[in-house]
Amino acid sequence: MIDKAFTLTRRHGLIAAVALSVTAFAAPALADTTLLNVSYDPTRELYKAYDEAFAAYWKEKTGETVTIEQSHGGSGAQARAVIDGLEADVVTLALAADIDAIAKKTGKVPADWATKLPDNSTPYTSTIVFLVHKGNPKGIKDWDDLIKDGVQVITPNPKTSGGARWNYLAAWAYANETFGGDEAKTRDYVGKLFQHVPVLDTGARGSTTTFVQRGIGDVLLSWENEAFLAQKELGPDQFEIVVPSISIKAEPPVALVQGNSDKKGTTKVAQAYLDYLYSDPAQKIIAKNFYRPAKPSAVDPADLKLFPEVKLVTIDDPQFGGWAKVQPTHFADGGVFDQIYKPGQ
Amino acid sequence: MANAASFAWRKPSVIPGFGLTLGFALLYLSLIVLVPLVGLVAKTASLGWPQFWAIATDPRTLAALRLSFGASAVAAGINAVFGLIVAWVLVRYEFPGKRIIDAMVDLPFALPTAVAGIALTAIYSPNGWIGVYAAKLGIKIAYTPIGIFIALVFIGLPFVVRTVQPVIEDMDREIEEMAATLGANRFKTVFRVVLPTLVPALLTGFALAFARAVGEYGSVIFIAGNIPYVSEIAPLLIVIRLTEFNYAAATAIATIMLGLSFVLLFAINLLQAWSRRRLGHG
Repeated sequence: MIDKAFTLTRRHGLIAAVALSVTAFAAPALADTTLLNVSYDPTRELYKAYDEAFAAYWKEKTGETVTIEQSHGGSGAQARAVIDGLEADVVTLALAADIDAIAKKTGKVPADWATKLPDNSTPYTSTIVFLVHKGNPKGIKDWDDLIKDGVQVITPNPKTSGGARWNYLAAWAYANETFGGDEAKTRDYVGKLFQHVPVLDTGARGSTTTFVQRGIGDVLLSWENEAFLAQKELGPDQFEIVVPSISIKAEPPVALVQGNSDKKGTTKVAQAYLDYLYSDPAQKIIAKNFYRPAKPSAVDPADLKLFPEVKLVTIDDPQFGGWAKVQPTHFADGGVFDQIYKPGQ
Repeated sequence: MANAASFAWRKPSVIPGFGLTLGFALLYLSLIVLVPLVGLVAKTASLGWPQFWAIATDPRTLAALRLSFGASAVAAGINAVFGLIVAWVLVRYEFPGKRIIDAMVDLPFALPTAVAGIALTAIYSPNGWIGVYAAKLGIKIAYTPIGIFIALVFIGLPFVVRTVQPVIEDMDREIEEMAATLGANRFKTVFRVVLPTLVPALLTGFALAFARAVGEYGSVIFIAGNIPYVSEIAPLLIVIRLTEFNYAAATAIATIMLGLSFVLLFAINLLQAWSRRRLGHG
């Protein structure tokens, strides 16, 4: 029996060896400089376009060829990868709390990273909207429609996804306003909302797939840019965007991971990579990819028209008190999210 | 010379140097298996008993462990039954396309598990090819423990087939023919003659499929729905604890899984040794 098992492992070993040698040969040695941008789920398309623009700009300015590698995943998981040693030159994550965690755990990012770039180091913002099926069959207009009988809500897991935390906080902001700051009622609302969630994906892109491709659920709580993208990719004849009465100003920040870039000798170009995000051409790319630009004046007014006026609460609002407070209160093990989820079983 | 003589009790081997090979084996095993596992346990040990106990008995941890081990056991059991049938058909029958089917059995080995998960979810979700019919019958497959079970059956199948197959190949047909000439009906031949020979191999296949299923992540998280207390597997809970930067809790759950797996595999090994001794087959 033992040697039978060995044949199994031997076969595996062979496959692994072949796979390894293939990767070894395929590894390119072309670029002068390579940057690694560790980002979160829904920025794939944005950074694909931006990286191209930046590489061209840098080539023209310095003659250097720069290649940018992208890594995407749930924001929390990405932050953990950087903490565990993924050599990111820059991080462009969904939450300030995730970059704070990198700063705190590794010291590779200075504690005051948010002050290093304009607008709290957020070159673009977004918000949380609802994506519903064409014709809005369940008549979903605002947050209170989400907890009606028979409505299924799709959102990723706030434990693993930055977007999901914005979803959660947007719902919280709505309930806080509706119930005049009564915390018990607010918790009750958010708890009920999560009882209407049949699938908790680990990242925002996964949730979009669940809703759009698998046809699960009546409403997707989504980044505004992700909702526009889903609509664009699948044709506007299938999905509609519903803008709730109140939402949150989602601020996905960027930071230089100087501990890594100093070691790799890429600090100068990595810093330029982040600075260029605030340039006019970059802001145009940002708006084209459905993120709200930090500098609206740089953008074609037609692109701005996409973004509806909506009452936005920020993370620094007194009900939240910033990420440093929100993170442990709501999302740590045993925090408010865990408490309100328990009765859901 | 004297030295060589004193080692003469040793059987000559193709690879020279017992000390060298043993040393290599130990070093290699240590680097690849033992050291990481000791690190895991050491990290957990930094917790202290009360905290460890609190994590271990947390209802959510228990629910996730129950689901992971329960679904894995059922899936491995199903694989033991149907994997045996597949192996039997592949060895004993000739039919067109046999070699293709034989090769297909290995696909779950080679396929990235995430691909498997996405494919299974697409098929079994309420608007998928199969899921749509199940939904008409009022059965939800994807995003429930049933979906998890299907993913675990998928990834476990080759383990049973590939462990049982060679044993069937080695079995003498004459023994079955002998049983038949001695008056045993087919039922009796299968349950008294064929199956006992295969029990140790089946147990090994079951153990391998089970062990693989317990640790499975990629194929499961897409189809599971990941609802705490309902369809959240233990490996996902570990990942969630890690993204909370709660390394101690993550390693604690991992250690519990390691311990449970070890005990179960050890029990299966004992059972296998016992059945081999009792039935006298290898």
